[in-house]
Amino acid sequence: MIKRISLNFRIWRQESQSSEGKFVEYSLKDISTNLSLLEALDNLNEQLIFNGNRPINFDHDCREGICGSCGFLVNGQPHGPKDATTICQLYLRHFRDQATLILEPWKANSFPIIQDLVVDRSSLDRLIMSGGFCSVDTGEAPDANFFKVSQNDAYSSFETATCIGCGACIASCRNASASLFVAAKLAHLGQLPQGQFLRSERASKMKQQMISERFGSCSNNLDCEAVCPKEISANWISWMNREDDQKYLGI
Amino acid sequence: MSSFLDPCLPLGKLDGAWGRIQKDYPSIPLEKRNELKIVVVGGGLSGSSVAATLAEQGFQVKLITYHDSPRRSHSVAAQGGINAAQGIRKDDFDGVNELFVDTLRGGDFRAREACCRRLAEISSSIIDQCVAQGVPFARDYDGLLSTRRFGGALVSRTFYARGQTGQQLLYGAYQSLMRQVENKRVELLPRRDVLEFIKFNGVIRGVISRNLLNGKLEVCKAHAVILATGGYSNVYFLSTNSIKSNASAIWRAHKQGAFFANPSFAQIHPTCIPAGGEYQSKLTLMSESLRNDGRIWVPKNHSEKRDPSDISESDRDYFLERLYPSYGNMVPRDVASRRAKELCDAGFGVGDDGRSVYLDLRDAILKKGIQEIKSKYGNLLEMYERIVGEDPLSMPMRIYPAPHYTMGGLWVDYNLMSTLPGLFVLGEANCSVHGANRLGANALLQCLADGYFIAPLTINSWLASQIFSIPSQEIDNACKDAVANAEKRIDDLINVKGQIPVDIFHRKLGEIMINRCGIIRNKSSLLTGLEEVEKIKQKFHNEVRIPAKINCPNPELEKALRVSDFLELSKLMLSDALSREESCGAHFREEYQTTEGEAMRDDENYSHIAAWEYVAGSDSIKHLEDLSFSLLKPIKRSYK
Repeated sequence: MIKRISLNFRIWRQESQSSEGKFVEYSLKDISTNLSLLEALDNLNEQLIFNGNRPINFDHDCREGICGSCGFLVNGQPHGPKDATTICQLYLRHFRDQATLILEPWKANSFPIIQDLVVDRSSLDRLIMSGGFCSVDTGEAPDANFFKVSQNDAYSSFETATCIGCGACIASCRNASASLFVAAKLAHLGQLPQGQFLRSERASKMKQQMISERFGSCSNNLDCEAVCPKEISANWISWMNREDDQKYLGI
Repeated sequence: MSSFLDPCLPLGKLDGAWGRIQKDYPSIPLEKRNELKIVVVGGGLSGSSVAATLAEQGFQVKLITYHDSPRRSHSVAAQGGINAAQGIRKDDFDGVNELFVDTLRGGDFRAREACCRRLAEISSSIIDQCVAQGVPFARDYDGLLSTRRFGGALVSRTFYARGQTGQQLLYGAYQSLMRQVENKRVELLPRRDVLEFIKFNGVIRGVISRNLLNGKLEVCKAHAVILATGGYSNVYFLSTNSIKSNASAIWRAHKQGAFFANPSFAQIHPTCIPAGGEYQSKLTLMSESLRNDGRIWVPKNHSEKRDPSDISESDRDYFLERLYPSYGNMVPRDVASRRAKELCDAGFGVGDDGRSVYLDLRDAILKKGIQEIKSKYGNLLEMYERIVGEDPLSMPMRIYPAPHYTMGGLWVDYNLMSTLPGLFVLGEANCSVHGANRLGANALLQCLADGYFIAPLTINSWLASQIFSIPSQEIDNACKDAVANAEKRIDDLINVKGQIPVDIFHRKLGEIMINRCGIIRNKSSLLTGLEEVEKIKQKFHNEVRIPAKINCPNPELEKALRVSDFLELSKLMLSDALSREESCGAHFREEYQTTEGEAMRDDENYSHIAAWEYVAGSDSIKHLEDLSFSLLKPIKRSYK
């Protein structure tokens, strides 16, 4: 019953940020198509260790598409060929027998490489730090039903709040722009009554931080929307650009 | 061999006790707080929430996580929801008592009553807090918060954000945390594993962590340490936990003197996608809400090979409906898991290896229409199809139980402090409210109760009672010892220079543990398990191979350190399961069941929390915390 295929890999290997990287070729024979791509890499790593070589380093954790840890390019596409899917949920049944998969890390100035397929995405944390929150201390919250939120607003806010911070939008953009990531956070909070306080200040600060982190401007190519595993719409970037942050900048 | 433990319970009546005693807790003057350093280990729901709250109060906080960002923590994967006794509308009754009763009864009367009561009393303020942070909970038509009903509950009280409640709550806590990082009140130390504790005069005064990027061992001194490191279901290798979830910090603390409570209490969730092949790395949970519309069945014929659509109604055994006519497919998690396993063991399972049962939406689709089922479970059905490659709308899903949550953890008193002074333990890492079985949607609740409300108060009060004037030289010596211990552990593992990768040992350990200490346990099997684990442990320390370079990223070394701790913890789990000669909640001992195959609890002899003390080179010592119940008397669980 189990279908098996053989795959060829060209994988980016780089010891550290300061060292030179290169593609190295590997192959796996007769592996079950019920495995995920990351499980195939586990399998490959086991062979590398048996042979006394350094295993391939890649970020991963929950393996159910929600933690946002995993992510690299498969044949040039962030998270691979399947829509609305993180790399950990990409199964081998989507590949042909004898296919060659080229695996590369996210490429962006703001994501320095750490090793092999692992990059440093702390710039995303710093974007949130710069203003991606509601300013409320523990114990000072009003009654939960003090704010009424319509079903539509709640759902629309939720949709933008599902961003998992994987960085695929940035990796897909030819300007390496973080517009979709920032727009999603601004829209998540900006659509709720709780997020109205300091709303324009939040927008200004996060936009400013994007520039300091050397993310580029929006390329208007909508690649970000196409690769987003949570299918967050690029319309939110337009929404973000309508946010009135001039008031804050003017002060 | 055993002595009794004092949980420091509040005096007087239990209901309202937490609110009553809060004002008597001593507190540190504001201006002194910024001289006190607190280290939080773990950036999930309880870790992020406690770090943010302590920073708001003025303490100097450091947060250590092995992730690149706290937002990756495993809390993010919780699907269902969070319970709260929040009255939404004017005609709602006060739900505190109901939540308390369900929590205690769900835990099969093996949890501390005072802690369950407090959990229910705090629950409402947690929802207030999360809403104010911008958590986009589901709403009703009138704009008020919406709730849904969960398994094991009498009323609808679970707040949710689609199937991603854990993600949304975590982001709320994470954003509050990042606000404090921006304010320079929290220092974030990502990509670090805690390997040892700094102990001085019996008090925990900091941690040693390994920087996962450059391998350096870093000393982090503190006036108090908080562990919020989650559960240890990964002892079973295949579980619903994230791959890196581990027991190392709590196990290291245990070896320093923190008692480990009820280690064998592990919840095996009935509705997970079954194992698919030899390199499978984890099991994925399918929310138990599916049991509302899915009927669970196996073929009546032994070793049935026909396609499910060819099996006629009369050849299907809807076993939960047959055995439990009133609860049917909605029986609690432990019961559903046990029955599925029994039938698979007896040869009635389905799938290539006969290790799964059907969860069939056919009748619900016929009755309610495909659109309604799609809108209710759309995300879940897509996830199933993505992983298994079969369409659950045209073919029954295959499911099998998988380890999901550990109720056991480090023993803590009412103030969430372990038996090591200065070491507090929060969330799944502790053992306080879930007893022998956790109620659905109570995990998120406990994390935030501990993190936002309980620990900030009790830690403040403990610090207020301490005098910190220790010669720095002596503390430095304690740090040196701890660093030397961590170095030695790493060297020992690297120097094995064997042939076999870490994962092979971990997978083997997982097989032993699920067979010997899983859904069903018995004496001889547990004893065999102890021998098997000892063998694999010896083999691990003689034959493991880890790439030798340690001053750079080395994920194999990280795994090896975790697995070496899992190997030791496994033996304690087996011993604990062996010494609890009763069946309760998720702990089902075959020897202790009724003629109908239901769990037989023994309140006379086992109404206690078993807290184990580590003794180097000898058997662990069991201490008992006797449980007494004043608000709700123990009754038998029955779902017939």
